[in-house]
This record gives sequence, C-alpha cells and structure tokens, in this order.
Amino acid sequence: MSDIATETVLSIRQLSVALPKGADRALAVEDVSYDVKRGEIMCVVGESGSGKSMAANTVMGLLPKGVRPVQGEVIFEGQNLITLTEKQHRALRGLKIGMIFQEPMTALNPLMRVGAQIAEVFEAHGKLTPKQRQARALELLIEVGIPQPEKAISAYPFELSGGQRQRVVIAMALALEPVLLIADEPTTALDVTTQAQILELIRDLQRRRGMAVMFITHDFGVVAEIANRVCVMRHGQIVEIGEASEVLGNPQNEYTQALIAAIPSNAVPPHREANTTTPLLDIKRLNKVFRSRGGWFKPSREVRALDDVSLTLARGETVGIVGGSGSGKSTLGRCVVRLEHPDDGELLLDGVNLSQLKGDALRRERHRVQMIFQDPYASLNPRTRVGMAIAQGPIANGTPKAQALKQAGELLDMVGLGASSVERYPHEFSGGQRQRIGIARALALNPELIVADEAVSALDVSIQAQVLELLEELKQRLSLSLLFITHDLRVAAQICDRIVVMQHGRIVEQGSAEQIFLHPREAYTRSLLEAIPGRSASVAATA
Amino acid sequence: MSFFARFAQNRGALVGLIILLMIIAMAILAPLLFPESPWRMVQRPFLPPLSQDGFPLGTDTMGRNVAAGLMHGAWVSLLIGLVSTSVALLIGVPLGAIAGYYGGLIDDILMRFTEFFQTIPNFALAIVLVAIMQPSVTSIVLAIALVSWPPVARLVRAEFMSLRNREYVEAARLVGQTNTTIILRQILPNTLSPIIVLASLMVATAILLESSLSFLGLGDPNVMSWGYMIGAARTVIRQAWWLSFFPGVAILLTVLALNLVGEGLDDALNPKLSRER
Repeated sequence: MSDIATETVLSIRQLSVALPKGADRALAVEDVSYDVKRGEIMCVVGESGSGKSMAANTVMGLLPKGVRPVQGEVIFEGQNLITLTEKQHRALRGLKIGMIFQEPMTALNPLMRVGAQIAEVFEAHGKLTPKQRQARALELLIEVGIPQPEKAISAYPFELSGGQRQRVVIAMALALEPVLLIADEPTTALDVTTQAQILELIRDLQRRRGMAVMFITHDFGVVAEIANRVCVMRHGQIVEIGEASEVLGNPQNEYTQALIAAIPSNAVPPHREANTTTPLLDIKRLNKVFRSRGGWFKPSREVRALDDVSLTLARGETVGIVGGSGSGKSTLGRCVVRLEHPDDGELLLDGVNLSQLKGDALRRERHRVQMIFQDPYASLNPRTRVGMAIAQGPIANGTPKAQALKQAGELLDMVGLGASSVERYPHEFSGGQRQRIGIARALALNPELIVADEAVSALDVSIQAQVLELLEELKQRLSLSLLFITHDLRVAAQICDRIVVMQHGRIVEQGSAEQIFLHPREAYTRSLLEAIPGRSASVAATA
Repeated sequence: MSFFARFAQNRGALVGLIILLMIIAMAILAPLLFPESPWRMVQRPFLPPLSQDGFPLGTDTMGRNVAAGLMHGAWVSLLIGLVSTSVALLIGVPLGAIAGYYGGLIDDILMRFTEFFQTIPNFALAIVLVAIMQPSVTSIVLAIALVSWPPVARLVRAEFMSLRNREYVEAARLVGQTNTTIILRQILPNTLSPIIVLASLMVATAILLESSLSFLGLGDPNVMSWGYMIGAARTVIRQAWWLSFFPGVAILLTVLALNLVGEGLDDALNPKLSRER
C-alpha cells in the first residue's frame, strides 16, 4: 500500500473488438491500450459511436451479441479477462468489479424494494446471512447519502427521485467493495444540480476506499470536474491520453482541441440586446395544473406546473428559460405553442390571445408559432420522407404540393443538408442532421416565434455547437424570435439575450444573460451556476 | 430497391406467395379442368386415391370427385377469407383509430360498443347470424366479418393511444394539419405492421370459421367448400381418410402461405428494415 497511485489495477493491452458484419465499421475498438491505477479516476471521453463503452463492456464480459474481442488482452489481477468463461466472469462481476449504469430507472428492478435489491448482490455471491445483508444494505444507503435511509430501504425505485435512484445503483455497485468501479455515463440522465452531487459522491467514495474508477462520459465539463487521467477516443481509437490537467489545459491532438473548444464556454456571455423592443409575445399570469385522477382508494394528485407566470418577449429577441427537471419550463413552452391548454391567463401574440383559441380557429393561427423538439429521433415520422415531413405544414395551410416540396428542398439547403435529402427517410440521418431537419420543418411556415425545447440536449458537444451556430445564423438572417428552453445554463448563455430562471412552476429570476451570470440574485440561480461541471476548473484556467 | 425486391428478400414470404398463387391458380383453373359440377356423382363411392384414372384423389361417400371438389372449393374458401377480413378491417380500423386518437368520452362509447360484441362467443354469434340470414356466401362472409372486427378495433386503438403523443404527431398538429390528416398520414402508416400481421391471421381464421360452419351444415348449399368436404367426411374418417385429409392439407397450406406473405409484407413496408438489411 506504500505507493497507492502507481499500482495498476486494470491493464488493457492492444485490445481490438470486432463488430458484426454489416456494421458501419469493422472494429468497435482498435488497438487500444490503457491502464487504470489504484486510487485514480480514469476518464474515457468520446462522442457517440467512438467505442468508449466497448472497452468497459469487454472488462465486464457484457459485450452485445455478435461483438467479440479479436486481439489483445485485458489484465485484471493477473488474469486475462478475455479468456475467462462466462461463469468465471460472473464470479468477478460485482465482487471485484462494480458497475454503474446510465439510466438508473432501468438499472433497477421496478418491482423490488431497494433494500432487497442491494441484498441480492450479497446473495448472488453467497455472502452474509439475510439479516446481515439488510443491515449492510442500510449502511450502504447511509454511505451514499440517501436522505432518510431507513425509509428508503423499503421504498420502490419509482418512489425515489432520479438522483436518489442513481445513489442506490452506486450502493449496489459498492456492496462487495470492488477494487475497480466502472461508471458508464452515470450522470447523463440527471439534471445539473443532481449531477454535481453524484459526481462529488463518486469522487468522495473513490478517495475514501482507494478504488480505481473507470469513468466513461461524453462531457468534457464532467471530465474537468472529476478526472485524474483522461483518454480521448474517436472512431474506436485513442487520439490522446494523459494527465487530466495536461489534456485539458494543453491538448495536443486537433480533435481534442476541437472537442474542448466546442464545450459551451463558461466565459461570461457578451452583452447583447434585441434590435427592437416591440413586444411580440406577452404572457400574462399563466397557470396550469396537472391533475391525476384518483381511484377508489387513492387520492387525486395535483401538480402546479405553471404558477402565475408572466413574461414578455420582444420581436427578434432570444429568451432562455432555464430550470431543473420539474420546474415547469417545458410546460410553459408547450402552452406557448398550444400543445397544452393553459388553465387561465393570457398568451398574447402580437395582440391575438392564443390561450383561448380552439379547434379550427386555433389551427389557422398555429403557423405563427413553431417548435423544435428535443429528441431528433422521435420528432420525425419514420415512414415519411424528409421532404414531405417539411412540406406538410405548408400543404396543410394551402400551398400546392409541388411548390411546398420545392420549398422543402430550399430549406434543407439552408440548414446545410442539401436539397437532394428530400427523397430520403429520417433513419438515414444522424442525430445532428435530424435536428437540422426539425429546424427546417419549424421554418417552413415562416413563423414569427420559434420555441426550442431542449433542442440540443440530445446531441454530442461538437454537434451541439454546430446546431447552435446554425440557429444563431438563421436568427440573424430571418430575424426570428426564439424561446429557448434548456436545463443547461452554458447553452443558454451562448445563444440567449435574456434568461428566465424557473423553479417549481414559478419564475425565480430574470435578466440579461450577462447579469444572470455575473450577479445572480437568487440562491437557486447561484446553485444552478455552481453546479455547472468544469466551471471551477476553467475559471481557474482563465484567471 | 423496388417493393417486390424488398419483399423477396424474405425467403419465407416468397414461398408463401408461390403457394398462394398456386391456390389462386387452382381456383381459376377449376372450371376448365373439371367443367362438371363438383356435386355430380361420377363414380362408385369410396374410391381410394390413385386407384383409377381421372380420380387422382379418389371419390367421396356419394361418389363425387374429391379433386374437383378441392379445386372448386379453393375459390369459395379464399373468397370468404379475403372478403370477410376486408370487411372486418373496414369496421375495426376506423373505430379503433377514432377511439384511440380522440380518447375520453368517444373512446368510452366506442369501446363499450366493441365489448358488447366481444362478450358473445365468436362462433355462437356467427352460427346465430348465419341461421337468421339463411346460409349463403354473402351471409357467411357478413357473419364472419361481424364477429371478427373487435380484436382489430382494440389493436388499432392501443397503437393509436401509444402513438398519438409522439413528438412527430405533435409536430404535425403544430403545423396545422387537420385531425383527419394526422390520423391517415401520420399515425395509420405506423400501425400497419401489427394490422398486417393480424389481418393475415384473420384470413386464416375466417377460412377455418367457414369450415366450422359448413361442418355444422350451415354452409352455402350451392357451393363446394373445403369445410363442407371435411364436415361431410367426418363420419367415415376411419374408412376413408383421404376425404378429410386433402381438404385439411389445403386449409393448412393456405393459412401458412397467408401468414408468410403477411410477414413479408410487413418487412417490405417498413422503410427502416428494408434499407438496413
């Protein structure tokens, strides 16, 4: 134990993993070598499809069907993991190597109490008596910092919040005191403040137990927050590997430089203002309550999604709505485009009250406000050709079909996809390209206002930067007004003139982007700012 | 890639299509090969298969030609299967689509109506309907359609309920498409896969249902069908196996072929699958 930091726990040597025939490339991982040492956090970073998770799955013996290692070795405690049988591998999982997954809801069994799930880990390896298992489960829950652990132990996963569920998953991974912990995008599904807490927990546990941690992520902000060493991957190959401070502060490889440059900057946004002050959208005391119908034995539930929200947006202005999950920001956006019917309040668009329109009258006004959706995979009909998807709006509003399709081609050209894409189906495009299609569709009706609901959250950083750039450019060219809904203050800072912070359905604070960043007045805004991963690191770097 | 090329990539579907075409050919060629009515007694009864020229499948209890019956019966069985399924789809798909898309009170009313049909056992209702309307091809088709639409309505309703809140449907609503357009252009194409699979099974069930009705003596007395042939042969199954065996095999092959074709159609209509393979 004398030199803790040099003892290698896991050593991956010239590993190549083959994909099944017909995949987009032959090898998922090509000639990859790196070590994970005791007491350090090794971050494997890369965009989707870079093969960053494949090496970890090889270590766990959890490779998908048809994917197999073809070269190299994975040495863990003197054993080559690749040559292990399934049974030997199973004995190792959980006991020596723990794993945390991305989506805590699906990683837990929805029908089992939390305590029983943790106890099951001991049971699988034949350790302890049932009574001791429960006691250990409680200790673990206390260790991972779950509020009210005595209650949480007999709770079902759906009764816990996302962050609490992820804590349970971490408790399960730690149950048998593994030497190596593999965390595969453990914070991606969480909102910023929760993410900061979970990162701190992982770092803290790692220090206390002296574990080796292999941390897989796509977010350089998270890397800056947590990593000792970094390994950057692209197309299955390592492009750069080294100490975190070096890779982040002085990246050698072009790709790494591009990735770091693409991180939404934490630098204070420049002062900017809308060109005009004529109000386009005027929201007055908007309210929306969601009620779930109660049954015979359960009371009905009420959630106040919007509580007296008032807001104005000038022509040509971009307003960012920022808040954690459950803050009502999406409901506000959906009310503005009238996918949701507000309970009361006014929604004045250039003097017309949209909030009370119904049926055909509403349908005729719809073209004035359009929306860009969050999930580029779900927002395009898989059976409709891209050109038709864009032309549908104009056709529904009376443009002849041939002309609408021609316009669709021009729009696709404008968002940088080329007019020839008209004939193709959505699944032939990547996530970023699909989001461009979504933007083209929103533009097809020449709307006065566009609502972008988490429009870039599902995209990789570099793609995110490109899409934001496109939005900015289109905004200038077509003098659009934009309501930009996001959980990510960094993104909001890049594109918004004004930022509105929401919590529990209420507006907490609003002001220019500059003002929110430099002089946040409310505690909640400050906590959002502090939770931004990598903030302290880059502030230190710029100082 | 053309639609047929995509369809042909599924080998099973191709085999199914060939079998189906052969059965259709049988139905078309029947009057040419066996110009006489299949009801005519032409030889001595209980002639085993291959025992005499001109009667490859033998003769039945009354000395009728089994081969002629089989070929003439193909027409009735296919007609009943396809037409009754189409009618059932015409009732079930719109009902399910409207119930699933609009939800609320409309859904409640339509689903209670559907349940009313579902509470009565299929076969019993079909028997009653045919008995009331007098056995004829039309009444049999109608009866089968009326008892087999509720599952279609329920399936389509479930699909619509899960699809109506997808983002692309919301996007369509946002650009101002009418409800009718959204139902027909956005949601319905995405429910085709399960509908096709269900429909191919329904054709098969309809043929079997007709067989059961004929078996009970409720078939159209003027047309020969496979079901009638099996029904008439049931009393002599131990002496003359071929009387029920050949029409049974014909039903089996038709049902199998329809299922294979349905699966192939589903693959070919799915733009994603077709380009990835």
